[in-house]
Amino acid sequence: MKVALWGTRGSLPTPGPETARYGGNTVAVEVRADDNSVLVLDAGTGIRNLGRTIPGTTRRVDVLLSHLHMDHIQGLGFFAPLYVPDMEVHIWGPPSPAESLRSRLGRYMSPPLFPVRLRDLPCRLTVHEVPVGDVRIGPFTVDASLVCHPGPTVGYRITAGGRALTYLPDHEPALGVRGPLLRDGWTSGGSLAEDTDLLIHDGQYTDAQYEERVGWGHSTFDRAVEFARITRARKLVVFHHDPDHDDVTLARLMNELVARSRPSMPVSAGREGEVFTL
Amino acid sequence: MQRELEIILTRQLASYLATPAFIVDPEGNLLFYNDPAETLLGHRFDETGEMLAREWSTLFSPTDANGAPLPPDELPLLIALRTRHPSHREFWITGLDGARRHLVVTALPLVGQAGRVLGAMALFWEGEAQ
Repeated sequence: MKVALWGTRGSLPTPGPETARYGGNTVAVEVRADDNSVLVLDAGTGIRNLGRTIPGTTRRVDVLLSHLHMDHIQGLGFFAPLYVPDMEVHIWGPPSPAESLRSRLGRYMSPPLFPVRLRDLPCRLTVHEVPVGDVRIGPFTVDASLVCHPGPTVGYRITAGGRALTYLPDHEPALGVRGPLLRDGWTSGGSLAEDTDLLIHDGQYTDAQYEERVGWGHSTFDRAVEFARITRARKLVVFHHDPDHDDVTLARLMNELVARSRPSMPVSAGREGEVFTL
Repeated sequence: MQRELEIILTRQLASYLATPAFIVDPEGNLLFYNDPAETLLGHRFDETGEMLAREWSTLFSPTDANGAPLPPDELPLLIALRTRHPSHREFWITGLDGARRHLVVTALPLVGQAGRVLGAMALFWEGEAQ
């Protein structure tokens, strides 16, 4: 399984020379199995470049949305496979008690926000509300769970070939927790990340930023490391970078994080274009 | 075992409330009670831990106003779980510290998306002394 980061930024695209190293596109991750089956995690602006690399011979692509905040769907209308006739595109996302996923996606994919409606796309589109529990997609086993973030939001654990990727791009496991994160099943997202080979986890805020933004649905760098530690993740990629953190700032914050927390697993800040082989 | 997110958030909410709160799973097993509840129940949660429904529902010796024992299925939490509707009543317990207390209890079922019954939460108050 190969995991490629096409967009690592949270909240808002931040293009420019000052973010060239870690990237300015909002979140999009490609997961490719040995047989070339493709999963796409989230549809931020990074999905545009990702879509251009999918060969014309590919007949099916599955897009797994963690939630429908703008930075996770903004690139969807620019995802090339949606415009390929006979291409089978499956979009998966969290259910809501109030409105179907298709209807909620349609709010963005319709005028005046976007000129092309979902129903007018030439591909063969199927929209699925992701079930709680396992679902099989080609060679992948996908496990989804609701996680702590405003509005319906899921995290994913993707397993193939005996390796596991856990994707928690927007996640505030420390909400309401005064001391260390709780164990024994009492921390959001815990089962998704347990003993995972690669944990891609929200690390948007410094401690000082978090104090002003409790409940906004994001983690600090230190809580991301703590979450990785209690779930025994084997590698942590800090993700969903704050728009205010340029390359110099982010590199400094990561160095300070590693020096301070002495993590038991490799920790790095996700870089656009980075590829992990599991 | 991973708890449902709604239960995790309910526990975190309860841990901030000044109102005593008690949370059970879909089978009625005790998952958590908060610090204010410890005062009324006479024992710290850290010491009792999670308990089976049949244990906690008799542990506090609940009775009605006349001192007649209340069977577990007449307790608001278990009624809320069974009926999926809020339940309210007053009764008396004997705390683990031996003190007899009059409780006013409101229990509500916790139902997640797709109708998943996640458990129930009771909020309670100390009533007038008998």
